[in-house]
Amino acid sequence: DENLLPADWPFFTRQTRLVLANSGRIDPENLEQYIACGGYESLAQVLHDMTPDQACDSVVQSGLRGRGGGGYPTGLKWQLVRKGSGSRKFIVANGDEGDPGAYMDRSLMESDPHRILEGIAIAGYAIGAEQGYIYVRGEYPVAAQRLRKAIKDAERAGLLGSRVLDSSFSFRIDIRIGAGAFVCGEETALLASIMGRRGQPRIRPPYPAEAGLWGCPTLINNVETFGNIPSIFSIGPQAFNAIGNGKSRGTKVFALCGEVVNNGLIEVPMGIPLREIVFEIGGGLANGAAFKAAQTGGPSGGCIPAEKLDTPVDYENLQALGSIMGSGGLIVMGEQSCMVDVARFFMEFCLDESCGKCVPCRTGTVEIYRLLSRICNGSASQRDLQTLEQLCQMVKDTSLCGLGAAAPNPVLSTLRWFRAEYEAHVSQRRCPAG
Amino acid sequence: MSEAVATTETTEVEEPVIDLALAEEVIQKYKDIPGNLMPVLQGIQDAYGYVPRITVDYVAERLNVYPSQIYGVLTFYAQFHLKPRGKFIIRVCMGTACHVLGAERIKESFYDRIGIGHAETTPDRRFTFELVACLGACGMAPLSMVNDETYGKMTVQKVDEIIKEYSSLPI
Ligand SMILES: NC(=O)C1=CN([C@@H]2O[C@H](COP(=O)(O)OP(=O)(O)OC[C@H]3O[C@@H](n4cnc5c(N)ncnc54)[C@H](O)[C@@H]3O)[C@@H](O)[C@H]2O)C=CC1
Ligand SMILES: Cc1cc2nc3c(=O)[nH]c(=O)nc-3n(C[C@H](O)[C@H](O)[C@H](O)COP(=O)(O)O)c2cc1C
Ligand code: SF4
Ligand code: FES
Repeated sequence: DENLLPADWPFFTRQTRLVLANSGRIDPENLEQYIACGGYESLAQVLHDMTPDQACDSVVQSGLRGRGGGGYPTGLKWQLVRKGSGSRKFIVANGDEGDPGAYMDRSLMESDPHRILEGIAIAGYAIGAEQGYIYVRGEYPVAAQRLRKAIKDAERAGLLGSRVLDSSFSFRIDIRIGAGAFVCGEETALLASIMGRRGQPRIRPPYPAEAGLWGCPTLINNVETFGNIPSIFSIGPQAFNAIGNGKSRGTKVFALCGEVVNNGLIEVPMGIPLREIVFEIGGGLANGAAFKAAQTGGPSGGCIPAEKLDTPVDYENLQALGSIMGSGGLIVMGEQSCMVDVARFFMEFCLDESCGKCVPCRTGTVEIYRLLSRICNGSASQRDLQTLEQLCQMVKDTSLCGLGAAAPNPVLSTLRWFRAEYEAHVSQRRCPAG
Repeated sequence: MSEAVATTETTEVEEPVIDLALAEEVIQKYKDIPGNLMPVLQGIQDAYGYVPRITVDYVAERLNVYPSQIYGVLTFYAQFHLKPRGKFIIRVCMGTACHVLGAERIKESFYDRIGIGHAETTPDRRFTFELVACLGACGMAPLSMVNDETYGKMTVQKVDEIIKEYSSLPI
């Protein structure tokens, strides 16, 4: 029934679909349909007309950055792994998608699995790997099953396996399934999990690009990052680079949800003002509520207040506001949402998911959660508010991995933009949001 | 809710007899791939519905690893279960989108109706109850699932309907 919606709605016309070009248009279980849309042409082009170095260079020129949240330049990472020394090299696609309120990766894996395989295979050729893994979140059985079928079909068609498309390049992809640990999305934890261990992060460097699976140079990228690769080669790196804003090039897929009229997955050029996402694509707030904040980056991110609605949505601008681009969760909140409660919600998530390896995160998240609870129920003092800020800073500075280091972000960002709301909870023992 | 938390009969559930042939089948499938411990344990869980204690010793011997190492893995990941589970697994999403749209209320009404808390199983092994973070269908928040069936835009009334429906099915 999606086809019955008017195609000239801003919800559709304001989007730029590269990664999601085929999603909803083709049968994800049908290889022929993917090929009919130009699928695997990029792989053929790379294998037949380009050296691995040229392939890496094209990705550099495109300006693509990691869509897993960190935004590290993808081409640079490919070059590092390509130059890395090791008996073998590996590729890992991160499809663990743990951020609550985000489902871009799930959609992509379910609606266009071949696009991801093609991206991974191109990377395999470019860095010199023969084996790739896709790590799929345990909660996504349909995604795993479609990827498995896609791999089988591609192998049968000579698009994966030995001597891909009659070239000298051989490449296999296997699926690994997560088992319910958010921290396993962190790359070093994910690698431990693939090797059959507890999924606990380790200190970097060495980065996986140097020492990853079984000590070998390993390229790890998010599945949406890989989903961009076929487009870079089909439209050309320059055309790809022409989309975007500042140092953020291309498009980003967001899961737009919360109190907004049009919920759903959207793909927009980077740099689009937040206001356009919320009010034009999203159709404004549901039930006529006033906009209060948009949360990006999930438990590692922050809230953007109404006065910053004109901010261009890209890596640098969001970071300047104390939030992050993150993986693409975008939750719209109306005037009735209590910002302290939102901060507490994410802190509860982090304390549950902390792997316990390092002290600041293991005990710090619990203490911060207690302080936030006290503020929420009106039993906190001014001193608690001070302690809260100090503790957040300490956990941020001293945690071993990104989970702990980013856990205080939702608190710090709501403190920054909605301090009065915290103060009201403390001094008047009431919640101004109702 | 306090009532719900107090229920811990799950520990009394007796382990059924375990046929190790199923475990051996799983091991055969993965024995030659590197890093096979997770897929083996996941396969065993699929075969038995949980990871029976005796299969841990068996895997340890066959893959030449310590049982402690296996327990280390099993207890790290939330989706491994060391005890038999209910026929119907009720999952309530507590993710951000669901939280903003009232997941707390849905959780409380499930607690009230079936009297068990997170990760617990009713004594008759009809229901297992789980709180999860984001089921990846936030557009339909608040979301719940029973086994593979998804229930979007949950309300307290829908909780009643779900309980009624699954209580009438045979176990
Ligand atoms: N997708 C999701 O569900 C979630 C995503 N995240 C995101 O994860 C991000 C944090 O992840 P991290 O891996 O800690 O980010 P990071 O910024 O430290 O690293 C990003 C990537 O660049 C690589 N890299 C960075 N410096 C490098 C160097 N000098 N040499 C070689 N490679 C280098 C890393 O190996 C990694 O692959 C956050 O921005 C957050 O948004 C966090 C939680 C969940
Ligand atoms: C706690 C934590 C969870 C993460 N979860 C994910 C995830 O689910 N998916 C993902 O792609 N990256 C996740 N990351 C980021 C990865 O560590 C890594 O930066 C990313 O996979 C690199 O890919 P990219 O360069 O394509 O973004 C997580 C990081 C942290 C600290
Ligand atoms: S910061 Fe948290 S999740 Fe990361 S290693 Fe330390 S305890 Fe584990
Ligand atoms: S937050 Fe509930 S399905 Fe995503």
